[in-house]
Amino acid sequence: MKMLQKTASAILASSLIVTAAQAQVSDDEIRIGYLADMSGTYRDLSGPGGLEALNMAVEDFGGQVNGKKIVVFSADDLNKPDVGANTVRQWVDERNVDMVTGMVASSVVLAASKVVEQSGKLALISGAAASSLTNEFCSPNHIHWTYDSYALANGTAKAVLASGGKSWYVLTADYAFGHAMEADITKVVEADNGKVLGKARHPFPTSDFSSYILQAQGSGAQVIALANAGSDTVNSLMTASQFGVTQSGQQLAGMVVFLNDIHAMGLDVTQGLMLTTGWYWDMNDESRAWAQRYFKRTGKMPGMVPAGIYSATTNYLNAVKASGSDEAQTVRKQMMATPVNDMFAKNGTIRADGRMVHDMYLVKVKTPSESKGEWDLYNIVRTIPGDEAYRPLAESKCKLVTER
Amino acid sequence: MTMVLGIPLGVLLGQLLLGLINGAFYALLSLGLAIIFGLLRIINFAHGAQYMLGAFAAVLALKYFGVNYWAALLLGPLLVGVLGMLIERYLLRRIAGEDHLYGLLLTFGLALIVEGSFVKLFGVSGASYPMPEQLKGGYNLGFMFLPVYRAWVIVVALIVCLATWFMIERTRLGSYLRAGTENPKLMQAFGINVPLLITLTYGFGAALAAFAGVLAAPIYSVTPTMGANLLIVVFAVVVIGGMGSIMGAIVTGLAMGLIEGVTKVFYPEAANTVVFLVMVLVLLVRPAGLFGKEA
Repeated sequence: MKMLQKTASAILASSLIVTAAQAQVSDDEIRIGYLADMSGTYRDLSGPGGLEALNMAVEDFGGQVNGKKIVVFSADDLNKPDVGANTVRQWVDERNVDMVTGMVASSVVLAASKVVEQSGKLALISGAAASSLTNEFCSPNHIHWTYDSYALANGTAKAVLASGGKSWYVLTADYAFGHAMEADITKVVEADNGKVLGKARHPFPTSDFSSYILQAQGSGAQVIALANAGSDTVNSLMTASQFGVTQSGQQLAGMVVFLNDIHAMGLDVTQGLMLTTGWYWDMNDESRAWAQRYFKRTGKMPGMVPAGIYSATTNYLNAVKASGSDEAQTVRKQMMATPVNDMFAKNGTIRADGRMVHDMYLVKVKTPSESKGEWDLYNIVRTIPGDEAYRPLAESKCKLVTER
Repeated sequence: MTMVLGIPLGVLLGQLLLGLINGAFYALLSLGLAIIFGLLRIINFAHGAQYMLGAFAAVLALKYFGVNYWAALLLGPLLVGVLGMLIERYLLRRIAGEDHLYGLLLTFGLALIVEGSFVKLFGVSGASYPMPEQLKGGYNLGFMFLPVYRAWVIVVALIVCLATWFMIERTRLGSYLRAGTENPKLMQAFGINVPLLITLTYGFGAALAAFAGVLAAPIYSVTPTMGANLLIVVFAVVVIGGMGSIMGAIVTGLAMGLIEGVTKVFYPEAANTVVFLVMVLVLLVRPAGLFGKEA
């Protein structure tokens, strides 16, 4: 069996060399598909803004790589896995798309990435949270770029534990993502001698959280963790603020909170909240410069997801340029060999499981008096080194890691 | 502390109170639906959008014109009410007397257009509305912390509900309205302007939705889809209460809030479904709803 595998991989490797030697771009065009939620809950997270970021990357290359034109297609996945998967299949079959990016709702991405794998193309996932994409559902045909649920739970929960919050109450969105997040939180808390005193699983989506907040208050836990996202997190935080949760000495920990959520809620409600992010526009000169460009085009400051899309696309196009090919495995190999150094990350590396490992940032939401502008929302408390932030390879269930 | 089914009595009381507050919202919204259905025989799928418009009217009026909460509480319903009257006059009237399905499709289409445009204009994260100064803070009831605003919601919603019921069931204007729907031709013969009554009624129903929207603005995030999420539950409430029954809508709204509140304590996973379970049971036993008249 071992022998067979070795032979197989030898054949595979030699075929790779052949493709690389031919060094060609299919159809003489580099075709990119942008798949995202353009109209629903996650529209503000990525949506049209993410497409704008993608277009910025393409324009920075002058719309072509080595004389081959870059063509962008985009589609709304409506947060429906079947729609997402069918769109990608159509792109591959009818338009011979080489790379798909955006990829937001985890459920959609799990379905669409299977199509990408079957058709031997490449996906650069920027929007989705589920860390299973580089664990049990990893594939040689996708790279997970911006963040994942493991890094967020790990970063925020550890910081809160370190500040003394040992007893926890978890408020969970009652679907796959929430359950996974709840498990991640419980693991981190218990590993640090903390205790989960109770939990409530609320239907997705819910608009009135007063009942759950009251239960969490009654539990006597020091920390209330929100294992939900989007409007559920927004409504939980607003309700908690009205019911005086922080005044009564309890601390809130939002696990998946994005810049657009904080902006929508305002600092009155969110001040003091700790959260983990993969990128913040006001980190350094490079990020600020890029964010200003984005702002001029969209009227909004970018969150980590559009920034990740720009970064992933730029690195992809650089790899196409360097390898002279748009064949998925050739480009992936090139990308894995090149550290990510741009406005998004410093010394980022792509691991065997497809995880782009880069530093994450623990931030604290500013108070209204600290904030100097509409988008001046975070103080960076700590830079979490990539190796510490993401799931170690030793714990990986990814077939690309375990079968090596 | 006294325990009820393994839950401390205080906790249960708190949850019941919260349930009542949600029930007040259900009652306000289902009341508008019930009035519109009762008098126009229109299934108003635009009700959620009208609720959302009320909330956005408050947010935008504050942002651009500095209109405060109390003024918005009047202004929001007024604007949306006028909009409702225009919709009735120029769209719904054209399909009066046709199958219910036409009204449903028309209002549903309108709701999609309005919500879609708002998503385009304001995004889906929505906006926040500051709590009015006078209603900040809360009471410590011993068993729970009750924010002042929530207490205000329940009081004002009940007053509006009961005033509406009184107006329709106990005043001359209300009797014209009811008579106009029973036999519009006869009413017209008595010299009553029935089409005007109908326009006003639809406008009033829309205004009630907008009023609930303004009430909701400081406590829920104001998003273009806020109404769509709520509307289905509110429809269930109307069906349970009996289509078109005013008192039925109010009582059922409050009762469903309570039942949901209790569910959230004992089995939160079912909180979104329990109302529909009740609906199925009620329809099995009383097909016309709890307060409905058998056809």
